[in-house]
Amino acid sequence: MQNNAAQQNQTVDNGVNVEALLGAREALTEAPEAAQFTWRASSRWIHGTHTQVGVHSFHGLGEEQRHKTEFKFDSDHPEVFAAEDIGPTPVEYVMVGLAGCLTAGVASVAQNRGIQLNKVTATLEGQMDLQGILGIDSDVRNGFNDVRVTFDIDADATQEEIEALVAQSQKRSAVFDVITNPTQVTVEVN
Amino acid sequence: MIRPISTRFTPGSYRGVRDIDVIIIGAGHSGLAMSAQLAAQDIEHVVLEAGDIGQRWRHERWDSLKLLTPNWTLNLPGLMYDGNDSHGFMHKDEVAQYIQMYARAVSAPVKRDSRVHRVYPSGNGYVVRTTQGEWRCRAVVLATGAYADPVVPRLAEAIPADVEQITTRDYKRASDLPPGKVLVVGGSATGLQLAEEINDAGRDVILSVGEHVRMPRKVAGRDVYWWLMRSGVFWETAGEMDDIHRARKLPSPQLRGGSGDLTLESVAKKGVEIVGRFAGVRGRTAQFSGNLPNLCKSADLKLIRLLQRFNEMDHVNLQEPDLLIEPTVLPRSRLCAELGSGEVRTILWATGFKPNYEWLDVDTFDRKGGLRHTGGIVDAPGLYALGLPVMRTRASTFIAGAADDTLAVSQHIRGYLNNQAHTEYTAITAIA
Repeated sequence: MQNNAAQQNQTVDNGVNVEALLGAREALTEAPEAAQFTWRASSRWIHGTHTQVGVHSFHGLGEEQRHKTEFKFDSDHPEVFAAEDIGPTPVEYVMVGLAGCLTAGVASVAQNRGIQLNKVTATLEGQMDLQGILGIDSDVRNGFNDVRVTFDIDADATQEEIEALVAQSQKRSAVFDVITNPTQVTVEVN
Repeated sequence: MIRPISTRFTPGSYRGVRDIDVIIIGAGHSGLAMSAQLAAQDIEHVVLEAGDIGQRWRHERWDSLKLLTPNWTLNLPGLMYDGNDSHGFMHKDEVAQYIQMYARAVSAPVKRDSRVHRVYPSGNGYVVRTTQGEWRCRAVVLATGAYADPVVPRLAEAIPADVEQITTRDYKRASDLPPGKVLVVGGSATGLQLAEEINDAGRDVILSVGEHVRMPRKVAGRDVYWWLMRSGVFWETAGEMDDIHRARKLPSPQLRGGSGDLTLESVAKKGVEIVGRFAGVRGRTAQFSGNLPNLCKSADLKLIRLLQRFNEMDHVNLQEPDLLIEPTVLPRSRLCAELGSGEVRTILWATGFKPNYEWLDVDTFDRKGGLRHTGGIVDAPGLYALGLPVMRTRASTFIAGAADDTLAVSQHIRGYLNNQAHTEYTAITAIA
C-alpha cells in the first residue's frame, strides 16, 4: 500500500526512530497500564502578569521519569496590554504546542511511510475576540474562535502524499485533540 | 469422513440431550451458507435460530433500508442471484425473503425458535443450551453476526432525560420521532441516509460525523463494487492490511442502495447541518469536535488513493472526470448545540452495531470484549465465527463474502473433526 515505503525505507532518514516507536506501540498494546502517562508543569507567579513555568518530571512506563534538564518558560502579556512582555502569552504557548506536535507527527509518519523530508515549516494563526476575556460580551468565548495552520513541506513525495502526511499527523496529534475536543479540567486550591 | 464417536448417542435419546457434530448458531445468510458447505462435505449439523429466518432484516431495521451492494453481487453457495434486476438493490424485506428462499433451496436443517442461552466447553466439544432443550456437539459456528446490538457511546449517559434517544435498530420512519430538531450521530451509510430521510420529511436535522469513508456509487459507469471486487480491494485479507484494528472499526462507506451519490456535501445541500464528532456533553450543551475539516480531507485523499488503485489494474485507463475528486467543502461547522427544549429533542444513534456473545461461556475474549480469532477460527478448539468485520477479508460482512468465508472455515472444521476423531480412536486403541 505505502508505495515507496518498501524501496526507500533504507535511504530515508528524517531522524525519527520508527522501529522504536512501533516497538513501543506493540509493547504498550500488551501492557496498557504502562501506557498511562502523567505530564506535569509547575508554575510560580513572579510579578504582574509574568509567571514562570517549569517542566521537569513526568510519569510513564510504570515509573517516574525526568527530562534531561529542567525547562523554564516565561509567560507574560505584551506591552499593548500594559504588561512587561517578558515572555509569550499563554495562548501563544498553545500554538507552540500545536506546531511542535503536528510537525513531530509529520516527521514520524513520513519516516514510517518512507518519505524523505527536506524542509518542513508551518505558520500558525489563532483568531481571538478579546471581548470574551474582557467580559464585554458574554456570547463571545474566551479562547480561539479559529486556528489556522499552514504547512510548507519540501519532500520527496507527491502533493497528495504530503497532504496525507499532514492529515495523518492531525489524527495522531495529542495537542490537536486537546484543542479540538472537550477535556475535563479540575482546578483546586490547597 | 470418519464418523465421530459421539454419534453412538442417537439424537434425542438421552434425557432430551441431542448429540451432533456441528451446531451453527444463527440462520442468517452466513449460517445458512455454512450449512450448505457442511452438507456438501457430508458433515452432520443443525442450524439454531432464535426466532425466524431473516427476522433481523424484517423487524430490527428501518422501513426504507436497501442493501448497499447491487443484486449481481449476491452469490450464496448453491444459489446465484437470478432475478431480473441484477443492477438493482434489494429492499430489506426482499433480503429476508431471499434468505428464506435460500434456506429452502439448500434444505438447511434449521431449528426455529431455538434461542441459545449458553454455550460452554464440555469434554471434547461444547454443550449448547437452548429454549428447545440441550445439544452436545464437537464444533460450534457463531453465525449471529456483527450487527446484534447497537453501539451507543458512553456520553449518552450524560444526555438530559427529556431528550429522546433511539438507535437505528428501533428507528423505523421519520414520522415516529417526537417533534423538534433531530441530531443524527454517525457518518456511515446509515447516518447519512437517515439524516437525509428525516430532513426530507421536513424536519430539522444536525448530522454529527467522525471518521468516515467517502465512496462514489459509480466509477466510469460501473458500480463501485465492481471495481472493489475486480481490483482485489474487496478480497484483501486481514493479514495484508496496514492497520487491521482501524479497518475493523471503519464505518460503512457513504452509499445508498440506489442511483446517485450520497455525500456529506449532498446531504448538506439538502439542508442537513453537518457538525464534527459528538465529543462531549456539558449540562444541556452537546459539544462537537473541531476536527471535521481534517476528517473530510482524509476521506477525500483515501478516495483518490482508491481510484488510483482501480487505475493500476490491467486494461484500465481511467481519465478525468472519473479520477477527479472534488474536495469536500462544507459550511463552517459549529461546536455546540443545545439539548432539550432549546433545540435538539431527539438523538438518533447511527453509531454502529456489535456482536452479542453474552451466552458464550468460553474464555476467548480480548480485553475489550472482542472475540479472539484468526480469520474466523476462534482461539478455542472447535469454535468458529462468521460475518465479523474484516474477519478474513473486507468481504466478510457482505452477503457476497459468505461463500468464500464459509468454504475456508468449513474446511478447517472438517480437518478439526477428522483429526479429533483420529485422536480419540488412537486413545481408545491405546487403552484397549
